Amino acid sequence: MVRTYVLLAWTWTRAAAAYPVSFAIMTVLGFLVAGLDVAAILVIFSNTTTLAGFTRDQVLFLYGTSNVAFALCDMLVSNLDRISLHVKSGTFDTMLIRPVSTWIQTATDRFLITRIGRVLQALLVLGYAVTALDLPWSRLWMVPVMIGCGFVIFSALWTLAGALQFVLTDAPEVSSAFTYGSGQLTQYPFAIYGREVVRGVTYVLPLAFVNWQPGLYVLGLPDPFGTPEFMRFLGPVAALVLALLAGLAWRQGIRRYRSTGS
Amino acid sequence: MRIPAHGLLSCPHSPEVHTILLYARLVRYGFRKHATYVAAALAGAFTNSVFGILRAYVLIALWQARPGLAGYDVLDAVTFCFITQAFIGPMQLFGGGLTIPERIRSGDIALDLVRPASLQLCSLAEDLGRAGYLFVVRGLPPTILGALLFGITAPDNPGAFLVSFTLGVVVSFGWRYLVALSVCWLLDDRGTMAVSLVLTTFFSGMMLPLGIFPGFLGDLAAALPWAAMVQIPMDVYLGKADIWQALGVQALWVAVMLGLGALGTRLIRHRVVIQGG
Repeated sequence: MVRTYVLLAWTWTRAAAAYPVSFAIMTVLGFLVAGLDVAAILVIFSNTTTLAGFTRDQVLFLYGTSNVAFALCDMLVSNLDRISLHVKSGTFDTMLIRPVSTWIQTATDRFLITRIGRVLQALLVLGYAVTALDLPWSRLWMVPVMIGCGFVIFSALWTLAGALQFVLTDAPEVSSAFTYGSGQLTQYPFAIYGREVVRGVTYVLPLAFVNWQPGLYVLGLPDPFGTPEFMRFLGPVAALVLALLAGLAWRQGIRRYRSTGS
Repeated sequence: MRIPAHGLLSCPHSPEVHTILLYARLVRYGFRKHATYVAAALAGAFTNSVFGILRAYVLIALWQARPGLAGYDVLDAVTFCFITQAFIGPMQLFGGGLTIPERIRSGDIALDLVRPASLQLCSLAEDLGRAGYLFVVRGLPPTILGALLFGITAPDNPGAFLVSFTLGVVVSFGWRYLVALSVCWLLDDRGTMAVSLVLTTFFSGMMLPLGIFPGFLGDLAAALPWAAMVQIPMDVYLGKADIWQALGVQALWVAVMLGLGALGTRLIRHRVVIQGG
């Protein structure tokens, strides 16, 4: 499965490398576009020292952890949300008869290595935040774990969004509210959101386990909403459950798919 | 030589009336063209609304930490957030919305350039039709949602706001037109589109109100054309700006953008190489 993924991704990368200047420019531009969100955080903190009790470096830490996971997903699986285009143009039929999983084919379709610019940008911010906050090594082990869980949670969301497009073929933009919306939501400490919103993104859509709950552990802070301590470590469970659900939804979507016949 | 738009409409009016009728018809076509994709527009409205809610929480947190920042109270900040989300569709703030890049690549632009009507004005007319449709379908949902969930203020002077909003759409068109023409020189518009996205999002006030930008950055942002797209119409909406001065600045940017666009149109007549068959 991984082999097929790498092979298909490599094919697209070689195709893109045929235009080296364009390739370089797109990487740099991806870096810049991703930098906008950091610019927003910096502008906000040029006006205040704390936002809902969190300092600039703490917010940048939360931004960095969520965004490394999100940018990796954006590069590796986000093409799933182009599925409605395949359904509409009839190219999904071709995918179904190939001996490779449709999920891998859709995820690698138009794979853009240039999106690595966003990953680098997020890593830079995370690196800065970890150094500036001077976090103890005894809690830093959680950082790779949260990035891993975040990656699985966001991938599952993209899979769900893709599955949703089998139903909402004409309105694919609805799914970006969930995928890109989740990326946006996890950039800030959940303390700024209303209690109901936080409940929703903890117990219904487990976004709190991307960076909020484990992030509180790494930063050594209590939860302003008063959730118990063990919740900080539930990331892997949440990621697993959501991934299973997403897998089911994807299968259900394919079962429901009807060719346009073109 | 300027050829009046005879033959397009066969009624006994003077050439000037014909021209006006032609553009009025193009506005209507632009409206109807976009009205075909209701589901896509509603999906866009949904996404804009969700992001509106997320942005609103950030702004509320900031204004709770700094009440009265930039002369806004929390209610003004929330209003700013949802009304600017409503701008995204009609003002096409994330770029695009014009068919010129595809038409340059396919060679259809040759047809547009030999038509007896200006490419720029035809595109503007269609774009205004598009904006009119999206104002309703993508503008109202985030506004209503914001009003229901958080509460927003009504426009200080609705008439002035509508004028300012329309001028904002024209400035946005002028900018996007220039970005679209760049395809003639660069062949690919993805690069310029991405640069335009960064500049527009950051300097228009779409991301955060320009009033909270620190020092020099704030002065710079206020002096750039993008401020005329979001920040100035919002100041008029909230009643934070002198109406005549605000509209004057916008009119100036309309003149500059359309002037540059007209110049660009003349240049591409000599520049364009038809690639299609």
